[in-house]
Amino acid sequence: MIKSNIKLLVLSFLLLISLRPLQSAEMVDPIKVDWSFKGLTGTFDRASLQRGFQVYKEVCASCHSMQYLSYRNLGEPGGPEFSEQEVKAIAASFEIEDGPDSQGEMFTRPGKPSDKFKSPYPNVQAATAANGGAYPPDMSVLVKARKGGANYIYSVLVGYEDPPPGVTLDDGVYYNKYMAGNKIKMPNNLMDGLVEYADGTESTVDQMAKDVTTFLAWAAEPELEERHKTGVKVIIYLVLLTILVYLSMKKIWSRIDSEV
Amino acid sequence: MSEHEYVPKSKAAKWFNDRLPLLTLGAHLTDYPTPKNLNYWWTFGGILTFCLITQIVTGIVLAMHYVAHADLAFASVEHIMRDVNYGWLIRYIHSNGASMFFLAVYIHIFRSLFYGSYKSPREVIWIIGLMIYLLMMAAAFMGYVLPWGQMSFWGATVITNLFSAIPLVGDSITTWLWGAYSVDNPTLNRFFSLHYLIPFLILGLVVLHIWALHVPGNNNPVGIDIKKPSKDTVPFHPYITVKDAFALLVFMIIFAGFVFFTPNVLGHSDNYIPANPLVTPAHIVPEWYLLPFYAILRSVPDKLGGVILMFSAIFILFVLPWLDTSKVRSAVFRPIYRQFFWILVIDVLMLGYVGAMPAEGIYLVLARVGTIYYFLHFIVVMPVVGYLEKTDPIPMSISEPVLTGGSEPSLARKVNDKV
Repeated sequence: MIKSNIKLLVLSFLLLISLRPLQSAEMVDPIKVDWSFKGLTGTFDRASLQRGFQVYKEVCASCHSMQYLSYRNLGEPGGPEFSEQEVKAIAASFEIEDGPDSQGEMFTRPGKPSDKFKSPYPNVQAATAANGGAYPPDMSVLVKARKGGANYIYSVLVGYEDPPPGVTLDDGVYYNKYMAGNKIKMPNNLMDGLVEYADGTESTVDQMAKDVTTFLAWAAEPELEERHKTGVKVIIYLVLLTILVYLSMKKIWSRIDSEV
Repeated sequence: MSEHEYVPKSKAAKWFNDRLPLLTLGAHLTDYPTPKNLNYWWTFGGILTFCLITQIVTGIVLAMHYVAHADLAFASVEHIMRDVNYGWLIRYIHSNGASMFFLAVYIHIFRSLFYGSYKSPREVIWIIGLMIYLLMMAAAFMGYVLPWGQMSFWGATVITNLFSAIPLVGDSITTWLWGAYSVDNPTLNRFFSLHYLIPFLILGLVVLHIWALHVPGNNNPVGIDIKKPSKDTVPFHPYITVKDAFALLVFMIIFAGFVFFTPNVLGHSDNYIPANPLVTPAHIVPEWYLLPFYAILRSVPDKLGGVILMFSAIFILFVLPWLDTSKVRSAVFRPIYRQFFWILVIDVLMLGYVGAMPAEGIYLVLARVGTIYYFLHFIVVMPVVGYLEKTDPIPMSISEPVLTGGSEPSLARKVNDKV
């Protein structure tokens, strides 16, 4: 009885779910990329993270902040894992405002690994004003803040196209296949050979988009590798304990004439 | 209802127990005669206790690092995720824990509906349970506001604005709730305060819920009154404790699956965008466990009407014990009601689904049909079916037909199959 009812339940639910495409017909689904960090045991590609940081630093960082990251994060396990010297050098390449000193004055000094990533603009208003009225969002958790996550970010980066006939764009607005509403104020900043990768990888648009998206995915979830590793251990532990408790339960309930 | 008087073994224990009978209470809890035919749907009480304690413990740790200020809340959550030792784990347990809590409570409530656990003499258990459920919704809603993301802010705006539908004093009440002229820093502060308070109110109600349960004892899948203690019962410990532990562990495996492998799948991506009063998200949706009520709210074109209907959808459950006219508790012996029960389950799932969709076109139609059926189920179906239904024969006791095997063994078999 209950079984057939559950079947009915599942069927009617599937029917409902199948109504879903009606709603989002005008949006193009993002490209599905086989990211190394997907899946139960996914990890980041270290080299890709390092290249992605380079793309971020040389291209994105001129408009986008990443205010929740610190330079020290770049050397931590599960991330790009730059060496201690490299992290210090990266941090020192930025002039950070500090203070007030004992005279009450603000001053600048070279960055330290404990500093947060330096933002390109002093505040949201300045960033908005400098970018034609569109605030370039902080990218610290951007991958988690967009439906479709890494696939979506990657798709937008490679999704610039000439507008179809009949679509007119204002100045400073660009056509993007994957962006909601297809209009985006960020120009297409990636072109082949734009950055010179330290590891000699050819910097095609696709390569750079993948690398920087990988970097952003790590920035949004720096705990991902540890989370996956711990998760596998926790589940194995719980399954073993469950089996033991199940056997204990069977033994205890065998004392009486009742099923469990 | 103590079955045999508890006598402490040592003098010290006796001295203490005479002054505060905690040991007697402990003995009552371990000896508590429980029907031996309880199925796994009955393990969710223990699972819910686990959920509440998990939320309280993780919540207390989160509160040590969280900053309840409109300018700092979002950043403090990121601080927890990045800089606090295992902060990501504690926060993901807490945020997914809320969903697991509701998953368990919905199963618990529907179990009660199926087996008639709300019926006499258990009405007070049911009503306390509903009060817990209401407080859970309040706590979950306020907790969702705390990270101060876009859904936090706009969810808070939508829900608090409901009170402005009250005639005459609505706007004043809303302003009073906000502590400002819009959802702002004072709102966040008081929500944090209340979010910390409510779980302890729930804990108090849980004690009353269990106390009220221990007066008549558990209902059971057959739904008949049983003698306690008898051969129909087993002592709570070790029989029920080990079974609850097994079910809890299975539940924890699913819980861990969410926490470690898809920690954000039950949330909304917009809540990782900091709250911005100037930008309204395209679709404002509450967390999944509130969606059926959201669908009911939006199914009415009139704001006040929608609010009244939404609150009625919850408060009608309080009078359920008196709307159900059937003398038989368990739906196992109620062939007609059983069908309607499953229709209600589908109806509520459908309402939840359309609650997540834009309120237009086919979704609005489905929401209206679903809302009408929801109320019909309680106001019409339950009283009428209770009167008209010809129920199946009910066994005399849980074990008797099985043990004697004489009079009607086939009946006992049938019951077991269904359960």
